[in-house]
Amino acid sequence: MESSAGRAATVEFDQVSKRYGGSAKAGTPAAVNDLSLSIPAGRICVLVGPSGCGKTTSLKMVNRLIEPTSGRILLDGVDAAGRELTELRRGIGYVIQQTGLFPHQTVVENVGTVPRLLGWSGARIRERSEELLGLVGLDPAKYSRRFPSQLSGGERQRVGVARALAADPPIMLMDEPFGAVDPIVRERLQDEFLRLQEELAKTILFVTHDIDEAIKMGDLVAVFEIGGKVAQFGTPAELLASPASDFVARFVGTDRGLKRLALSRVADLTLHAAPTAVVGSDAGEARRRGLAASFQFVLLTDPANRPLGWIDAATLPESGPLTEALANPTSPFVNKRTTLKDALSLLLDSDVQVGIVTDRTGAVQGLVTVDMIAERMREGHIAPAYLVDAPPGAPADPAE
Amino acid sequence: MLPGQQLIDFSWIGDHLGQIAERIGQHLELTILPVAIGFLIALVLSIWAVRQPIVYGPITAVTGVLYTIPSLAAFAVLIPITGLSLVSALIPLVSYTLLILVRSIVAGFRGVAPEVLEAAEGMGYTRTQRLIRVEFPLAVPMMIAGLRLATVTAIGLATVASIIGGDTFGGLGQLITEGLQTFFPTKYLLGAALSVVLAVSADVLFVQIERWITPWARAPGSAG
Repeated sequence: MESSAGRAATVEFDQVSKRYGGSAKAGTPAAVNDLSLSIPAGRICVLVGPSGCGKTTSLKMVNRLIEPTSGRILLDGVDAAGRELTELRRGIGYVIQQTGLFPHQTVVENVGTVPRLLGWSGARIRERSEELLGLVGLDPAKYSRRFPSQLSGGERQRVGVARALAADPPIMLMDEPFGAVDPIVRERLQDEFLRLQEELAKTILFVTHDIDEAIKMGDLVAVFEIGGKVAQFGTPAELLASPASDFVARFVGTDRGLKRLALSRVADLTLHAAPTAVVGSDAGEARRRGLAASFQFVLLTDPANRPLGWIDAATLPESGPLTEALANPTSPFVNKRTTLKDALSLLLDSDVQVGIVTDRTGAVQGLVTVDMIAERMREGHIAPAYLVDAPPGAPADPAE
Repeated sequence: MLPGQQLIDFSWIGDHLGQIAERIGQHLELTILPVAIGFLIALVLSIWAVRQPIVYGPITAVTGVLYTIPSLAAFAVLIPITGLSLVSALIPLVSYTLLILVRSIVAGFRGVAPEVLEAAEGMGYTRTQRLIRVEFPLAVPMMIAGLRLATVTAIGLATVASIIGGDTFGGLGQLITEGLQTFFPTKYLLGAALSVVLAVSADVLFVQIERWITPWARAPGSAG
């Protein structure tokens, strides 16, 4: 998507405050209090906190739906307050929880909103809108002519994202964009959006009240507390490893050790080589190899190296070909993108606590075990906060 | 009704089709003009009321008072000023539409979801662009509901305008008045029946218009 990539801007809050209640004197409670944040171009910065903490107010000050009482917001170093209002807004993508799609316009018309305001030609708008629908996973042929009332919640959110991307804005503001859909759809939308962002590399301000979403989506996370102050600003790993205050520690939750597992992926581990044997090959050879190893199981695969199941080497005959009937397909499958949290969970749920790592084609890449995950925690990549807290439900027993 | 006379004299109807058509035409004029003028006035008042909510109370109070003035009294007041003219007939008829139309148009604008307005503002619509391209189209169903009611009401009220309009623009009311004055039931029954037919037709017409211009409002529910 070369037309959508590579445009991003820095966003800097410089001592920004917002007070309501007529005069902006110091006595009135602040919705946002002396906020200073610097967000590098092309990153997702999540503003997270309990309701009423000023995170949405902060977001809306960027496109000036709310004007700050004091302070400056700099976009690529330029003060937003000095820019013409509609011109500023047309250059910032805006996605909100209830989507705010125009009910009287079709999907393709909704997506073309900002290009139309910018005066693009009809043909160009149409082409761009259909391109974007494809990008967010909606078949233009099927969805273009529909009205928002004919879409599911998840589809509406996709259209909302496509609409915000239409004029290729360097900055996107997303206010609980996945808050109104069920957890399964939300997770899928999150994953898809992260994949999209890898290509788009927009600067994104993302508001949520869900700490798990913040940790998952954010390159940087600003934790807000009541009173419109930022309690901590850092990477998800920093937040989980060393919460700056009791409030942050409580907000990220007592299971933050487990949450940190969600920040690492199987790709970060050095995988065990899998003792594979191709179906049809000599059973005797596989038996000898299996019995010689400490782990006396052999992984049967098809000729394309896709796993068929485990075979206990001790049960193998001395000769003859390996057949699929011998294999016991019980292991959980993971891939290199699976988080260690999900991998651990799969392993704990399974009879065989060995996970098979496969690539896109389903071919075996290696094995992952609970031991390996525990080992990585001990290496200190993940461990400190977890060891201090010893959260309930954590895999305290490293034995298999 | 005179002794020995039939309730409805079909041969008279057959002989006077031209005159009847002319009365229907006049009646349509007495309906369409006040509703159209009333709609324009009500639209301006409504946009004012939506932008400055403080004026909505006074606007509904004034249009509410206008709505309660009996039409005969209004004509009596107006004839010395504007004479036996179309204007004298239109002023009361227009003023009766205002309350209905202002209420429904304002309800239409106010019914636009706040997140839709916020999204429009956040994406860089100017206030006027938002009004024309977002708020107005979304208020259309309520506007049409108001127009339906105002039109049906106007068709009924227009029959009274024959007091002023007489032969020149009296409409179906003139048929009724003449029928009563000459004890000729065919005329007044026909006048009454035709105004009912007009009202029902207008009602059906507006339902069709709404379907036609707001396809999004009747789009079947979620696709899953």
